[in-house]
Amino acid sequence: MSKPIIATTSLAGCFGCHMAILDIDARILQLIDLVEFNKSPIDDIKTFTKECDIGIIEGGCCNSENIHVLKEFRKHCKILISLGECAIMGGLPALRNGIDVKECIEEAYLNGPTVGKNTERILPNDEELPMILDKVYPCHEIVKIDYYLPGCPPKADLIWAAVVALVTGDELNIPYELIKFD
Amino acid sequence: MKEKIISIVEAHGSDASRLMDILLDVQTEFGCVSTDAVSLMATMLRISEVDIVQTLSFYHFFNTNAVGKYAVYMNNSVVSCMMGMKDVVDEFEKQTGVKFGNTTADGKIGLYYTACIGMNDQEPAALINGVVFNELNRQKVRDIVAGMKVGIPVQDMVAHYGDGNNANPLMKSMVHNNIRKAGAVVLADYTLGIGIAKALTSDAKSVINEMKESNLRGRGGAGFPTGMKWDFCSRETGVHYIICNADEGEPGTFKDRVLLTERAYMLFEGMTIGGFAIGAEEGILYLRHEYTYMKAYLENVLKDMRIKNFLGNNILGRGYNFDIRIQMGAGAYVCGEESALIESAEGKRGEPRNRPPFPVQKGYKGKPTVVNNVETFCSATRIIEKGAAWYNTLGTSESAGTKLLSISGDCKFPGVYEIEWGMSINAMLEMVGGENVQAVQVAGPSGICLPPNQFHRKIALEDLPTGGSMIVIGQQRDILKDVVMNFMEFFADESCGSCVTCRSFNMILRNAIEKVVSGHAIKKDVENMQAWSEILRKTTRCGLGQTSSNPISTTIKNFPELYDARVKDVDYQSDFDMQKSVEASCEAVGRSSLIHELAKVNIN
Repeated sequence: MSKPIIATTSLAGCFGCHMAILDIDARILQLIDLVEFNKSPIDDIKTFTKECDIGIIEGGCCNSENIHVLKEFRKHCKILISLGECAIMGGLPALRNGIDVKECIEEAYLNGPTVGKNTERILPNDEELPMILDKVYPCHEIVKIDYYLPGCPPKADLIWAAVVALVTGDELNIPYELIKFD
Repeated sequence: MKEKIISIVEAHGSDASRLMDILLDVQTEFGCVSTDAVSLMATMLRISEVDIVQTLSFYHFFNTNAVGKYAVYMNNSVVSCMMGMKDVVDEFEKQTGVKFGNTTADGKIGLYYTACIGMNDQEPAALINGVVFNELNRQKVRDIVAGMKVGIPVQDMVAHYGDGNNANPLMKSMVHNNIRKAGAVVLADYTLGIGIAKALTSDAKSVINEMKESNLRGRGGAGFPTGMKWDFCSRETGVHYIICNADEGEPGTFKDRVLLTERAYMLFEGMTIGGFAIGAEEGILYLRHEYTYMKAYLENVLKDMRIKNFLGNNILGRGYNFDIRIQMGAGAYVCGEESALIESAEGKRGEPRNRPPFPVQKGYKGKPTVVNNVETFCSATRIIEKGAAWYNTLGTSESAGTKLLSISGDCKFPGVYEIEWGMSINAMLEMVGGENVQAVQVAGPSGICLPPNQFHRKIALEDLPTGGSMIVIGQQRDILKDVVMNFMEFFADESCGSCVTCRSFNMILRNAIEKVVSGHAIKKDVENMQAWSEILRKTTRCGLGQTSSNPISTTIKNFPELYDARVKDVDYQSDFDMQKSVEASCEAVGRSSLIHELAKVNIN
């Protein structure tokens, strides 16, 4: 029997959740025995080459490309997991929700204290660039999400327990400490 | 500015616990409380600026920027909307040229929304610089704005006065009492002094016993036995305080307004009796900001009672000293919760305290304190006058006495009714002329949305408890859109933000009901709403969070068909609209619509 296939991506996230995946340390060798990776920053496969069993999403959606990628994941993966606060709730990027998007763009490119010389007051508008959404959306508002793994980032042990349970079909056993944050 | 602020702070004894009054006075003087004023006050009161900003930013009616020479606060609660608020808002915006939430360019007129101002029987109503304008319509708005434009003082625009004490020279208000039914307790004829004379000739223990035997239970809504509360408090040592909660903020309730107008003496007499029973020498009337128009009248009642020796030193020659001061609120629903009210009276943010200790143990300034509702104190006066045995002949076996109801909404005779506990909703609707009724919102947003098949139920603490708010909802209303969404908006707004679940779930539930109303929700969403309501109920510190999901949970339970008609029975549905969500950013950076049309095709 062929191994289950996993795809992962980071949308409007900081890659911290992917770092947390790597925090499984030596268990990564066991993971490679258990599963095969397809589209993912981990193996640098850029587009789906196979239909996948599990898609792991880090980050919410802040631009049109995030939406596009997320919809591709839904199309090609049997199960989708929102990994971490940003995918689940929008997280830190969602701090801009409630602020007018025009004001955000102007702060970033014209008025912010870290803006260098932009004497021509150029705002990025090349048609190749993704379009900014009016606010940052959590993934489940765009496509159906099957499971949620909370944390900022989620603990490696939590990710490990969830993935192993999914691919082996064993019962998921999460100690309270793994999802307790206060 | 400096001298004026110094004199205001000094007038309040440079006492940080009087910060509410100081801020109100500064705001009255300058139209807002500026950053400079904050730093000056902080130095004088020897507290940090942040301590002041905390209080300042908590209340609706405190402002850090000028709100206009004429500040219009339009009530946007359910009944105001039912009675035609939309037209009134439209006319205000047309006449002033600005949208609600803004001030005119010349700084003259500001338009704002506010939650229920206690005028549900005479909506649409607004407060303009603290003066009540009721039963508004387009013509009245045109006249008001014309008056503002030529600078007529707001009070001078009050052309006619309401009935009873509303017409008192110190009140000069157009508010109507709308007393439709007087009962035997609070609205029956009243003579000052009988209760207090009786109490002072007996002893504290006997007064408490009489109250216990009367079975009077708190009229604010929670129904805690008053005699027991007084008893607990009297057993504590040291200084005691007595506070009257006149912060009726539950949308749809306005009965305390009528008592404050017509039974102020009875209320203060009740507080004095309570003070005598628990051993307090100081009482506080915490008056909601919306009722500022009554303050001068109430101060005068206190003065009169002092002259007549019903307040002050050696009351009626019986050696008992007691006096009352009025503490104004500044607009916060949560301050109706007694421990939040105490925090507010101490000059802080109105955040409920953890309990225990209860206020009867550690209340105002950490001292044992009794907090009772206006109607409770008025009832106490009558009970001491006529006796517990008499009182028990009224009402039901578990709910003695009468209850004031504030009835509004889709009925012919909105107003205040003093009924005996035990009346059915059917009988109530007949009394108020309610026909073709789809539902009755019992006890306000935090109560129950009651369907017709339960109209046989009784208004009583053992069946349908209520603080007095009754909103009749006619067949023509869209309950989920017109009522539930409005209520959830209110709670999301009014949560003090201290408990995480209250802060977040009220907003989440508000968004969820909006999703239902817009037709984008699925069955799973409704199941989630039920589950989240339950979490919210169980995990918050005070009554606000414990009841704020009721508009949703009681309509899911009592009106499931309203949800079924709107939600889809599918596995998943998204209401995300790519085109709409990128429009603003494309416009900001100057990308043409053609590009995002293409992109849209690409993405889908």
